[in-house]
Amino acid sequence: MIELKNVCKSFENKVVLSNFNYVFDDGSITCVMGASGSGKTTLLNILLGLIKADSGEVSGIPDDISAVFQEDRLCEPYSAVKNVFAVTGNEVGEDEIIAVLGELGLLGSEFVPVSTLSGGMKRRVALARALLAKSELIILDEPFKGLDDETRETVISVLLKYAKGKTLIIATHDERDCVALGAELLQL
Amino acid sequence: MVVDIDLLLVSPIDVVKRLFTLVVEDEFLKIVLFTLTRIALGFFLGLVSGVLLSLVAGRFKIVETMLWPYMITIKSVPVASFVVVALIWFKASNLSALISFLMVLPIVYTNLLDGIKAVDKKMLQMADVFKMPFGRRMRFIWLPSVKPFLISACKISLGLAWKSGVAAELIGYPKGSVGEALYYSKLYLDTVDLFAWTVVIVILSVTFEKLFVFLLKRALKGVETL
Repeated sequence: MIELKNVCKSFENKVVLSNFNYVFDDGSITCVMGASGSGKTTLLNILLGLIKADSGEVSGIPDDISAVFQEDRLCEPYSAVKNVFAVTGNEVGEDEIIAVLGELGLLGSEFVPVSTLSGGMKRRVALARALLAKSELIILDEPFKGLDDETRETVISVLLKYAKGKTLIIATHDERDCVALGAELLQL
Repeated sequence: MVVDIDLLLVSPIDVVKRLFTLVVEDEFLKIVLFTLTRIALGFFLGLVSGVLLSLVAGRFKIVETMLWPYMITIKSVPVASFVVVALIWFKASNLSALISFLMVLPIVYTNLLDGIKAVDKKMLQMADVFKMPFGRRMRFIWLPSVKPFLISACKISLGLAWKSGVAAELIGYPKGSVGEALYYSKLYLDTVDLFAWTVVIVILSVTFEKLFVFLLKRALKGVETL
């Protein structure tokens, strides 16, 4: 399990997290919700090790983590398949990558440079990358950004299928995501 | 004119005629190869050194700081000063290689260092989170960012390598070089010869640049599509 004890984080004079405590059980699904600026991304970045807490303790972070960041952070000149390959290497076959991209509704767009894809399509490529990378913990920062309701439902079912047994932490604005994922709610 | 030669400005027809006679001379190929091999050698040494130094300087700030005075000196000191010093220290025959190297090194180093600094830090964070190995980081993150800087550096430095290399040969006139041929054109006021050799240099320089940049782009594309 991942445990945060008395975690504090401020940016200049703005306190974002103050004596924050929480436990994420292994294999659990947690939706982190809160208004803009409430500290969702800060919390996720602390878990990812991208920023350090000012004080407090974070323990139980596994070695293998994957993520969808607030921005897509894709290798723009490369195709969706190559973007996934960039993190998985030969551990995942091209057929499997294509299958997951297909399930995410990207059939026919697997081999074109991601720079030519729409915002919603790029988001799904980033999600495919996170799902196929070797990981015990998956951290998703607004993974459904830019998706219509129908696509969102499809993506959620793919997410539940491929993230089974892994600890899933998702930042979202929409309570419907939390219900659809059957997730615990962490309100910031 | 009294002496019946075109001294200030020559007719293009005379230059073309001289070009045709020049290329069939026994010595022409030897002279061209002499200069070409040395300038190419200087260019490749400058390119490799510039790439390696920029990689180290991009990784360690202290190396960048330590190299800065050397790079600024190489960039600022006139070619003529380097040539004179080089003539005292080394053989004139390898002068163009040394001068080309000195011209190429700071351009490649500076451009590539800019490219390395322009790499998106958020992409590097992504690579850290996913624990991407070195090879894939280079291919998927560093290469796309650095590629335009590398191609631009090669385009600029190749032209300069030829200009400075031939200028160095003109000052040191190593035997059997293009610079020596230019030197004798000046000495005998043979403007037709001067223009003909200049055309040869321009053709060599442009061909070398286009060919090298084409091969470089192909190689980089090959790495991208591996």
